[in-house]
Amino acid sequence: MSDNCSHKISKDDITRMKAAHKRLATYSFEPTTIERGYNNRSLYISIGGSFDASNQDKLTASVSGENCTVIGEKAVTPHMKDKFVGGKGFGLYHLWKAISEGTRWNSPENDIVISPGPLAGITQYPGAGKSLVCAISPLTGIPVDSNVGGFFGPFLKFAGFDALELQGKSDEEIIIFIDGNEHTVTIDTAPLEAVDSHILAEQLSEMYASTHEDKENISVISCGRASENSYIGCLNFSFWDKRRDCVRLKQAGRGGIGTVFRHKKIKAVVIRYRGLHGDLNNPSKKGLINAAGVRLHKEMAHLDTSQNNMRKIGTANIIEVMDRYDLLPTHNFQFGAHPETPKISSKVFIEKYVTQNLPDGCWYGCSMSCAKAADGFELRTGPYKGHKVCVDGPEYENAAGLGSNVGCFDPHWILEANFYCDTYGVDTISMATMTAFAEECYQRGLYNLNDTEGLDMRWGNGYTLNELMHQMVTGDGFGVIVGKGIRQQKRIFAERFGKVSPEYEHMLGGYVWNDIKEPVIDMPIPTSHFNKNLENCEFLQSTGYDDNKILGEIKGTILENAGANNDSAYIAKPTKPEKIEGIPTITREEIADWPVGKPYYSDDPDCSYTNSRPWVKMTPEQVAEMEEFGMENKGLEYSEYLMKESLAQQGGYALCNKGPQHDEAWLIFMDMVNNQIPTFEDKAEALHYFPMFRTWFGLLGLCKLPWNDVTPVNNKYEKEPAKIPEHVQNYFDIYEGVLGKRHTEVSMVRQSERVYTFQRIFILRMGSGQRKHDTPPSRSLGPITEGEYLSREERYDAQMKDIIGIDPCGKSTAEKVKIIMDYRWSQFKQLVDAVYKRRGWTPNGIPKLEKLIEIEMDLPELVAVIRPYLKEEGYWPQGEEYKKYE
Amino acid sequence: MKKLVPDASKCTGCRVCEETCATAFYKKKDRLFSAIRIEPGENDGFDIAVCDQCGVCQQMCQIMAISTATNGVVRLDKKTCVGCLVCVGECLRNYMFYNDELPAPIKCSACGLCAKSCPAGALRIEETNHV
Repeated sequence: MSDNCSHKISKDDITRMKAAHKRLATYSFEPTTIERGYNNRSLYISIGGSFDASNQDKLTASVSGENCTVIGEKAVTPHMKDKFVGGKGFGLYHLWKAISEGTRWNSPENDIVISPGPLAGITQYPGAGKSLVCAISPLTGIPVDSNVGGFFGPFLKFAGFDALELQGKSDEEIIIFIDGNEHTVTIDTAPLEAVDSHILAEQLSEMYASTHEDKENISVISCGRASENSYIGCLNFSFWDKRRDCVRLKQAGRGGIGTVFRHKKIKAVVIRYRGLHGDLNNPSKKGLINAAGVRLHKEMAHLDTSQNNMRKIGTANIIEVMDRYDLLPTHNFQFGAHPETPKISSKVFIEKYVTQNLPDGCWYGCSMSCAKAADGFELRTGPYKGHKVCVDGPEYENAAGLGSNVGCFDPHWILEANFYCDTYGVDTISMATMTAFAEECYQRGLYNLNDTEGLDMRWGNGYTLNELMHQMVTGDGFGVIVGKGIRQQKRIFAERFGKVSPEYEHMLGGYVWNDIKEPVIDMPIPTSHFNKNLENCEFLQSTGYDDNKILGEIKGTILENAGANNDSAYIAKPTKPEKIEGIPTITREEIADWPVGKPYYSDDPDCSYTNSRPWVKMTPEQVAEMEEFGMENKGLEYSEYLMKESLAQQGGYALCNKGPQHDEAWLIFMDMVNNQIPTFEDKAEALHYFPMFRTWFGLLGLCKLPWNDVTPVNNKYEKEPAKIPEHVQNYFDIYEGVLGKRHTEVSMVRQSERVYTFQRIFILRMGSGQRKHDTPPSRSLGPITEGEYLSREERYDAQMKDIIGIDPCGKSTAEKVKIIMDYRWSQFKQLVDAVYKRRGWTPNGIPKLEKLIEIEMDLPELVAVIRPYLKEEGYWPQGEEYKKYE
Repeated sequence: MKKLVPDASKCTGCRVCEETCATAFYKKKDRLFSAIRIEPGENDGFDIAVCDQCGVCQQMCQIMAISTATNGVVRLDKKTCVGCLVCVGECLRNYMFYNDELPAPIKCSACGLCAKSCPAGALRIEETNHV
């Protein structure tokens, strides 16, 4: 295999690292036999610090180590299995018990729960190696769930546990090691190991494997250095790629769980399990599993090439498809296609980058094999510049997000950003969407080069894209603001990057505000590329924010810098002034009432970048402007599908429990391409069924892709082809095969409904989860600028005439934007009403008591959360049968 | 290159080959443990389903339990195999078998026992220098 390891790890290095370890705790556990997918116990670890684990309920066995570490077990009860199933269900269950209403992401009691689900670990059916990870998110403040492949989840189960909890906060860097064969758990301090995942996972695979061959029995959970200074940290779950002879990484990306992990000072969790075979779940009816597995393997072998090409390029097969259907998010979700998309099409990645003909499953038995990788990829920037590495990807989201959405149409930069996201431990999706937001703010003139210290935030600068992440590592620079996510960016920009009003200019005492005129461009950029870009720069030309002077400046700068030497240094950073006398320092609480345009000093413990220079508040109009196009909901960044033309997908995003991720509902094609769900009721039904169906995968430990990224030949003749009924039957088969019970569609949806409703109430408990929190940014509903309208004028004019019944003739573009957007908002509100009703929620989005009773989730702790909301809204039911819930 | 070459025109459907194979490798007389399977032909006579050592299965084996020996025989290492059955799905002609009682698929290793046992001479081992 090609050269993937510029970082050689020597035996001496490993010896030195191990010698620096100090054992904090050792725990020995009894081996168990898995019964039909369950061990019936979970592993609890408090990594100590100031956190008192004695409040933890029901540790059936435990040991206390140094630095207040505790390792123990909790029983997985019939109640848990009945109501919560496993995976995400167990994650939310443990998290609920571990925290209080006041818990924040950085509270020591915040609990990272990793659970693989009862079906996880079977090798016969594709996509059965998933772990679900839950914690309170730094981005949203509410529970987030993220699913991930890699070997850790199955190994955890085969080691003897249905879930792993990580609570507390360590004072020192630690590594937790679970030995599934020796039946021990240890916690060691680990001062010398790397933090960045592509190195750390190699180091620890070397350290904990007894031989080179033994590395296939190791899996490592780790983050990276950018997790520490951002809110978008992801967790990398490793798996040993025997053919490439190197470690590969899969990510639990969404919601910043990696940030929580690094805040706890966990460097890694390592697991070893030797003796894998296909029957370790002790299945009830193996024949059902085998038959379903072979059926799907055969479909993959025969149909993939003519359907989705997952084996050649994974999910990135749809880049050009999305572009064709005007769904590829471009320039911060303004547009759905771009003339330069062919430069980043799947064909380019297949032919130039991604290694072909390898069984790239992130768990055994995945004939879909979508975990593609580019081998021997040489990096251009950052601490690993010049290294040749293995890049896990690009997945579609990475190519669309780090590509078209930030305006980058250079496949190299996309892969480089993909690599750094992974090894630094940040979520590619949030990274992309929040960079796109920052870029648009910059190009609207909401901040300038002085604020970024010269970083060029125009569309598509691949150097900038990676530099932002390097800054998240050092903790210094504009990248630190970007890394806090869009919600924080909006706050920080609003507090700091306003313009000084003329009446307050004297306070600056002659300080030259804009002393940076040229952006930093560190890399040679082909003149032709940028010339073309600028001439077609739809945003600058059409949004009303066009400024010929800015455009001229940009052209000039780029032409000057085009062809600049690779090693050209930074253009001077701005001079940070000594503190200017006469500008007052105020507290954070005082900022709200401080006048717009008047400079002040303050500080921000969460983001110290620019703390040393005067801040100026933006105008309320500017703040409102950012709300329109900041593509976040509940604090989480949107994932990478343009949802503007699909009302169902707008709902799919905005009504997703954890924030706008398409894992609950991906309805764009059903809604707008195939027109299968035309009415509100149809859409509401889809927004009930699909989130429930998709939640089920997360309860069981399954990947969704084998469900619908290959379809049986006869699927089109099914009554409801969108559900892929034959594959649903496969899932019933493997469920029965492992657990011994047959599902129906009703009982399957019921399992999900319980956990889904529980999650909604959990969110409510954390102070969110009402209708107002589901409100999306305007841009997700339609064209909010004249530029967006004009780019698809024919479409919008036709909609206005044919659907709304207003003649667009004679109307200005601004008027037409308003008419379309008013209509879209009214549609969205009706959709939300319909979906809430279908889900058994009140118009304010609160699950009704009757619904809890119906799904047998009328647990006292849940009723206690909804009771005051229902009473206030007038939805507390009357009648004798409800008296006991008072 | 060593492989089993069937001649279906000679097959009488006695299934001795199946029993020989199943007995030799799994100590079972059940034909569903055999790496060679005799099925009634579409019109008349019999079809003989047995691995021709094409090696397609090897490419998709993630844990590299399948390898090609120097004599061209594609071998499955049952100790390494994790029973995922991807190879069974990959086999274009459906010549790779599995049995729910076994942890690993059933793969012909061109041992020739069935050929020796075939009373009709419908099976022979072919060895050529082309690998």
